[in-house]
Amino acid sequence: MTARVKLLRSSTFRLAALYLALFVLSVGALLGYVYWNTAVLLERQTDETIRTEVQALADQYRLRGLNGIIDTIRRRSSDDSGAVYLLTSPSGERVAGNLDNLPAIPRDDANWIEFPLKVEKGQLSENHVARAFYTQLAGGFELVVGRDVAALRQFATIIRQTIFYALAIALVLGLGGGLLMSRNFLKRVDAITEASRSIMAGNMAGRMPVAGSNDELDRLALALNEMLEQIESLMAGMKEVSSNVAHDLRTPLTRIKARVEAALRSGEEQDYRQALEDTVDDSDRMLETFNALLSIARAEAGQSRSGLAAIDASTIIDDVVELYAPMAEEEGGRLFSDVTPGLTVLADRQLLAQALTNLVDNALKYGAADGARPDVRVSGAIEGDRVVITVADRGGGIAPEDRTRVTERFVRLDASRTKPGNGLGLSLVSGVMKLHRGTLLLEDNAPGLAAKLVLPVYRG
Amino acid sequence: MQVRELEPTVWTAKTTRQPMRILVIEDDCEAAGWLVKGLAEAGHVADHAADGEEGLGMALEGVHDVLIVDRMLPKIDGLTIIRKLREHNIMTPVLILSALADVDERVKGLRAGGDDYLGKPYAFSELLARIENLGHRARETPQATKLRAADLEIDLLTRSVTRAGKPILLQPREFKLLEYLVRNAGHIVTRTMLLENVWDYHFDPQTNVIDVHISRLRAKIDKGHDEPILQTVRGAGYMIRDT
Repeated sequence: MTARVKLLRSSTFRLAALYLALFVLSVGALLGYVYWNTAVLLERQTDETIRTEVQALADQYRLRGLNGIIDTIRRRSSDDSGAVYLLTSPSGERVAGNLDNLPAIPRDDANWIEFPLKVEKGQLSENHVARAFYTQLAGGFELVVGRDVAALRQFATIIRQTIFYALAIALVLGLGGGLLMSRNFLKRVDAITEASRSIMAGNMAGRMPVAGSNDELDRLALALNEMLEQIESLMAGMKEVSSNVAHDLRTPLTRIKARVEAALRSGEEQDYRQALEDTVDDSDRMLETFNALLSIARAEAGQSRSGLAAIDASTIIDDVVELYAPMAEEEGGRLFSDVTPGLTVLADRQLLAQALTNLVDNALKYGAADGARPDVRVSGAIEGDRVVITVADRGGGIAPEDRTRVTERFVRLDASRTKPGNGLGLSLVSGVMKLHRGTLLLEDNAPGLAAKLVLPVYRG
Repeated sequence: MQVRELEPTVWTAKTTRQPMRILVIEDDCEAAGWLVKGLAEAGHVADHAADGEEGLGMALEGVHDVLIVDRMLPKIDGLTIIRKLREHNIMTPVLILSALADVDERVKGLRAGGDDYLGKPYAFSELLARIENLGHRARETPQATKLRAADLEIDLLTRSVTRAGKPILLQPREFKLLEYLVRNAGHIVTRTMLLENVWDYHFDPQTNVIDVHISRLRAKIDKGHDEPILQTVRGAGYMIRDT
């Protein structure tokens, strides 16, 4: 597409052209109205005058006879008013009037005739045009009454020319302005198009140009830049996740491969059985990882918000604590809840329970110093317009600088690496909170960690 | 936590199963082959249909005890098969087996008339336990007020439990757990089945919290008795002896 075609096809130019057409149309209508009210109306008035005069002369002829009409014509044609008269006898001779001879008579029934007129002004003779009404009177007399319409016609011509020039100027100015405007606009749109092409080609750091005038194009560019910013960070996150997934799967796969190869080499049935059993365990763990990733993705996508219902979070807390309390006691520690009932939230019971389960599980696993017994308190209360569910342990806690990092997928802190887990628990909790328009807060319990699920209170 | 190793365990290849006739409607023929083989090894008779049309035709004969239905099938999808069967008043219990394993997909499957839902991939032991549970549930009388397994008796009205005539005090959740186990006496019950039916949790907590609950229940009902009634089936789940 050549630059010119592109310019003509640009939407600004089309808009300008449309405006121009509208403008020309309205100017044309206005001028047409003026033309109608002046030139056309004047001509009509002239015709009307002529017709009245013909009527009057015919009346004269009827009432006062030939002499009467001759009188009147003579009187009237003597003054220099631009009026033309001619009365001829049945033989065609002039009887009265200021015309020399009868102009060409129209063939058809129409009575209107136009003919050239020579007007003497001093020594000069001008060519004018006369418009006249031709009629036959009783007795074979013929009457022509007309006016010199040269001035009128000239006036109409001037008006027509004015209209033409005005339209032409409007057209040229509008067209030129439209082209200029759209070229300017097109240049900026082209810059944006260029920038997006370059970003599509892989230059993720590229951004839309901003002119600094804060007009709508600038606002668009700024919005696009914000979007790009977010996409870039999401993509960076995805890249990290997929490389983490790859790493997380490679480790058990390598282990499985090595184990199976060793079993095959040994050839002992007992080794086969052991290798297969271990492989089942490993694939179970891999499936768990996959399922956790899927759950997180699902929660973060927020597609199932329609499945949320108003429920009392205190029953969820009680149920989860009841499920886990025996395990805590088995380890010589304790898990207890301190809940006020009536914590109504809009939630998915399964997901919220799963999130809470993860926090309690973490607290029991990591929430005790080595050799110490877990002491975990789960509380739920209303704070302002928020329901806050807290899982607090007395363990090592999480260092402030690690608190954001730890909710990312696969992040495991050094202290917990030796314990079982896939590093997805807190990511899931954070994803579930996102779905519920809530937040996961990790705070210092001095000592230990206080993990808080903060959810908006549901009020009908 | 290694509670499992300390418990009395029993490896059951064939327990007190009654052989069932099972129809597998699954388009992945290799997976179906393994499934049919496994079911046959467990003492059941399994037929296989590779597409929805064939499957519906076979299921309409009404000769099977349990149907295993995949959701995404050529010609007629799994949920439509179930709806058509129910329209024809064929109430054969259906286990839906599907890669669509989200909670909302489960709900969709159960609403369509499925009796149980298992997400792929699954453990064969889990599938077998659920299939036998379905076949057994179809035969049981629902209005019983007393449940019995060996010398253990549960009164559902007074919510009391006795073993060999001696009363046993249980917490409400322990009662529910025992009730579910006794209803499936003689059949293996997996941890996931317990989580779903006793706790109504359709997700997998990372730790085997169920084991502790079972060992507490066992301490209460097997204490002072020579023969343990609550058994752990390694690699599968738990079972209450019915004799």
